[in-house]
Order: sequence, then structure tokens, then C-alpha cells
Amino acid sequence: MSSPEQLGAPVPVQLVTPSGEVAQNEATDELRPYVDALGDEQLEALHRDMVLTRRFDAEGAALARQGQLALWVPSHGQEGAQVGVAHAMRPQDHVFPSYREHAVVMARGVDPVDVLRLLRGHTHGGWVPAEHQNVHVYTLVIGSQTLHATGLAMGLTLDGRAGTGDVERDEAVVSFFGDGATSQGDVSEALVFAASFQAPELFFLQNNHWAISVPVSRQSRTPLVDRAGGFGVPGTQIDGNDVLASYAVSRRDLDAARTGGGPRFIEALTYRIGAHTSSDDPTKYRTDDELQGWIARDPITRFEAYLRARGASEAFFTGLATEAADLGSDVRRRTLALRDPEVGLMFDHVYSEPHPLMTEQKQWLASYEAGFGDPSDAPEGGRR
Amino acid sequence: MTGTVQPAATTAAPTPDSPSTTPMPLGKAIGAGLREAMRRDPRVLLMGEDIGTLGGVFRVTEGLQAEFGEQRVIDTPLAESGIVGTAIGLAMGGFRPVVEIQFDGFIYPGFDQITSQLAKLTNRHEGALSMPVVIRVPYGGHIGAVEHHQESPEAYFAHTAGLRVVSPSTPHDAYWMIQEAIASDDPVMFFEPKSRYWPKGEVDLTQPGVPLHASRVVRTGTEVTLLGHGAMVSVLLQAAEIAAAEGVSVEVVDLRSLSPVDYGPILESVRKTGRLVVAQEAPGFVSVGSEIAATVAEKAFYTLEAPVLRVSGFDTPFPPAKLETLYLPDADRVLEAVDRALAY
Repeated sequence: MSSPEQLGAPVPVQLVTPSGEVAQNEATDELRPYVDALGDEQLEALHRDMVLTRRFDAEGAALARQGQLALWVPSHGQEGAQVGVAHAMRPQDHVFPSYREHAVVMARGVDPVDVLRLLRGHTHGGWVPAEHQNVHVYTLVIGSQTLHATGLAMGLTLDGRAGTGDVERDEAVVSFFGDGATSQGDVSEALVFAASFQAPELFFLQNNHWAISVPVSRQSRTPLVDRAGGFGVPGTQIDGNDVLASYAVSRRDLDAARTGGGPRFIEALTYRIGAHTSSDDPTKYRTDDELQGWIARDPITRFEAYLRARGASEAFFTGLATEAADLGSDVRRRTLALRDPEVGLMFDHVYSEPHPLMTEQKQWLASYEAGFGDPSDAPEGGRR
Repeated sequence: MTGTVQPAATTAAPTPDSPSTTPMPLGKAIGAGLREAMRRDPRVLLMGEDIGTLGGVFRVTEGLQAEFGEQRVIDTPLAESGIVGTAIGLAMGGFRPVVEIQFDGFIYPGFDQITSQLAKLTNRHEGALSMPVVIRVPYGGHIGAVEHHQESPEAYFAHTAGLRVVSPSTPHDAYWMIQEAIASDDPVMFFEPKSRYWPKGEVDLTQPGVPLHASRVVRTGTEVTLLGHGAMVSVLLQAAEIAAAEGVSVEVVDLRSLSPVDYGPILESVRKTGRLVVAQEAPGFVSVGSEIAATVAEKAFYTLEAPVLRVSGFDTPFPPAKLETLYLPDADRVLEAVDRALAY
């Protein structure tokens, strides 16, 4: 089977090489100004979010191994793609994550413990989008959220909240999905609707090369970025382990989408260094050679080298290491202190408005539970 | 409260000198109800295939795009999952989308978005997000159409927590129930009995009558209760008429709401008659009728004089149209069950 590369793949946009040097090529000229506009503090903030997410990831994996989570979903290796686009968003933007976007949701103010509440079995959601910089909750059915993102984006246009040309005010939507999701009909339908209604949406594909155990070559015989053009959506392939490439291309595309330019598509080439989830064993389907090749392109190591070459202080890195360690212990402490949800959680929010079955069954369960230890409190029925 | 709708302020109250009702076919009544809802609330949008310029394949939305524009009556790409999924996103943005599925059998490409997303999003957000989306589904047989155009898939949706499921049987109910469904903050599956789109009935534009989720006695009787929804109600009334001519007094209850079920009037009727026949076009196995039969048996056990009987479509795929009169329960099939119930 031929790989996408053999079929004439595009050259991914790269602003920083894997060894941390500034990349010079045709594509960088247009994008360099987006990066040049970032000061030291903003560049260090990119690094900080990547490092903190990786520390959170390690803590999540440890908690899962210790039986404290039902499931852990690692993001290790994909921090560059995620932090870049997260920082490219403007405050008024909307985010529809899949379920591996820990860096994105954390960068926009979601408490990482809320992510763990989902994976520990305390909630199906975790936070209120309107109170968390329009970050929607994780969606576990592959690709479904892309249509919700498109619908919301269509509404922004209808409401005049996009397309005025004012980047400080116009809103845009980012939908996240992976290479496996590109085979789902919903992702194609989202692209059809977004193109048809010129929705202010950025489709952000993280191609981490594996949909659990199935390689991307099973999903597509063409580079996935090429599909975007078929829908009439301009697409760009980037080095997804280059946080600056992700930032610059996302910034450009989001501002184009928000100001009336229609949807955009980014394929970030990256790699899932960890397992699909804590239930997965990637050694059964991929080689160590491949893994080592991607570890050599690690987004954090690369950006640390870049920052050091620019003169970032040792104090910054040691301070960040302490902050990350503190985050890990704080997350662990607060996760273990979580109290089980009240039983009302099961019945109280199935509908927005009162519903007789919910009321009846909640009451029945309460009386059933209360009946234990009191034989005189038998259930109704069986008596004429 | 669920789906509370006041008469339009512009509608003059009936006076002793003016007729209080208007004759209207059910399809037109839904269109009129949509128009009222859109005039009342600028956040109401219509979405679907061919609903704009054409007015829908059944012309239910005829004239609405001309009145409200292409941004509120949206001809979508041909993709049911896409329509429902984007309606969800629009609802997240504060709109109240009303989606038209062109035919009953075409709903399944949208099934995942309806059952895994639309139905569950309020619960997933622990009440912080409402999903005021209405899905209109023309359903049922009697129109002699090809495969996938005559089905009754309502049980799938009644089975799904988070959805409300209703079906009007008369133009009056259709006019009011569509408005009440749109006013509901929960997702509502609105099943339109397409064989009843054309016969006219009286619509009182000033009085909604019973609430959205109420069942209602539509003919009183004493010996057997017949229960059904949508197009089946007219079959039941016909059966009751024949039974009356034969000296049997039959009560007919219009279910109206399939989820939640309003058991009050049903149980009251059964306690009076002691006999219940539940009729539906849908296959009987694991159906709404089966659920109601079981619940009535539990709640009215000591007043029943006969087992609750079901009259349903057969547990086959909907047959080619030349066989539909054998498949669909008619008055004779209902009366056969009435006879069996009375034999106990």
C-alpha cells in the first residue's frame, strides 16, 4: 500500500525546525509577522502551556493506573498543535473539542480537574461553556461535534457576530477532530454545510497517524488536507509539533474566517506518543522505530531549544518545572477529594422542563433506598 | 411550563356574531402554526430539504420563505445528520430551529445526532444548556408511496430519554401543538400524520385547548376504550361509529403525546369501561402501544375485564403499497379486537 507521501503530499508549514532553529522557506515569509508580533512573555506562555499540559497528562495516566480514573486519554506529543491554535484564538471565539484537547481547554481556563471528573465517572460534561471562554464540553462520538460547531458558526453569521471585518469583535469557531474522524460522515457534512453557508469556522485536524490501532493510510489514500479543497474550503498542512506554525497559521485562518472569508482547514501532522487511552496497548500495532522518530520531533524539546537560543532565562525553566510539579500534586489532591455526585444528577437534567417519568422514578428510587432496613415500608402494589 | 402558547395578540377573539373556528387542512394548519411561531419569536428558524422555494414536498412551509426570508427558512444541503447537527449548534447559539425531515424513512441518517447528541446535551451539561429544537417528521401510511415513505418510527424516539414525542390528529391540534412544541425548551419530535395532511377540520385560532402533553377523550362511550395517535384516531372514530350502529358503546382517546404519556385520561377511561384496545400503524413489537398496554395492566389491573389488546402494523417492513391496506389497521381490524375484548 502506498503512503500518502508517495502520492505527492504537500510540504507542511514549519517555522521552527525539530532542533529548535528558525525555519526559512517560502511559506514562512507570509507567516513570520504573526510570530514577530509575539513578545518574550507570549512566547514563554506557549511553552508554559505545553509543559503544564504534559505534566497534567502524566498525572492523569498515573491516576488511571492507580484505579482512580475509569479512563485516561493522553495528549502527550500533541501539545504543540493544541497550544498553538489555542493561543491563536481570540477571547470571543468558540471551541468544540473532541476528547484529547487538554491543552486547548486548559489554555482557555477550564480546570483540569473538571476533565478528570468526566474520566472518573462524576459527570458526562464537566463545565459550562458560557462560563469557560466558550469552550464546549468533550464529545466522545467521533466527529459529531464538528456539526455543532458549524451550526453555531452559521448562527454567528445570521446574528451579525461575524463577518463585519473587525477582528477584535468578529467571532469564529474552532472544531477539533482527528484523522480517524475524517472518515465519519458527520465531518464531511460539516464541511459541506460550512462551505455552503460560508461559516466562520476553522476545522482543526490533528493527524496523529493512528485511530486507535488503525493507521491513517486506512482512512485516506490522499493527504487529508487535500480533501478540504474538494469541499471548497482552503486547507493548509502544518508541522503539528511546531507550536509557532500552529499559532501563525491558525491566527491567519481564524481571522480570515471571522471576517467573512468562509471556513478554513488545517491539518496538523503530529503523533500520539502515548496510548490511545489507558485501555490501549500501542506496542501491538506500531513499531518502536516509528515512535522514536516522533519523539525526536517532540514539540516541547524543540521549543525549549528555540527559547534558549533566543535568550530565555534558566530561571524561567526552573520556575516552570516547579509550577508543573505543583499542578500535578494539586490535581491529584483535588481529584482524590472529589465526592460522588448526588443521585439527583441522574434524573434532574434529562429535560429542561418538568417530566412526569423523571419525577416518578426519582421518587421511587428514593423510597426504595429508604426502604432498606425497614420491612414495614413495602412497595405499593400486590394489595387489593 | 412546557409549550405554553397564548393566542396571537393580533387574532380577534370570537364574538357571538363571528364564527370562532376556521376550516383548514392539517398540513396548512401546521404551516399557519409555524407562521405564528415565527412572527412571535425572531429566534425561530426553519431548516430542511426543499422547504424554502418549494415550500416542502408536502407544501407545509409554503409561503414562509417569502414572508421571513432565506435566513429564517433555510434550504439545507441534502444531509439529515448535517441538518440535525447544525440545528443543535444553532440552538447552542440561542436559536430555536424547527427541522423538517422530508419523509419518515429518511430520518435514520440523522438518528445519531438526534439520540446521542440532541437528546443528551441538556443532561450532559447538567441543565446549563437547553435544546429547543423541533424535528418535524411526516409519517405513516395510506398514501400508496414507495419504500421508506410510509413508515412509523416513533417508538425509537419515545424510547430515548431526553426527547419529547408528540403527534397531532386534527388540524386544530396541529396548529397549536406545533407552536407549543416550538415554545418548549426541550427537543420535541413532532410526528405529522401525512395521510391527514389534506382533509379539512375546524381550527379555533383563539383557544389551544389541552396542553401539549395531554391525552384527550375525543368520543365518550362505556364498554370499550380505544386508544391511538395521529392518523389512527380517525380510524378509531370510524370504528366507534360502526360499533355504535351495532349497539356497542366505545370511548376513543387521542394519545397526542407519546412521550411523556399522559396516563390520567387513559386510566380514567379504562376504569370506566374495563377494556382497552391500543391501535397504531407502527409494528407492535417493542412499540409505544406495547408500553402503554403494560403500564395500564399494572395500574388498572383490578378494573380490567379483559387483557389490554393491541392492533398494530405487522412486524414486517412496511410492504409495497399494493399491500398497505392489509398491513395498516383499519376499522375492521380494530373492531375484531373490540369483539375479542368484549368476549372476556
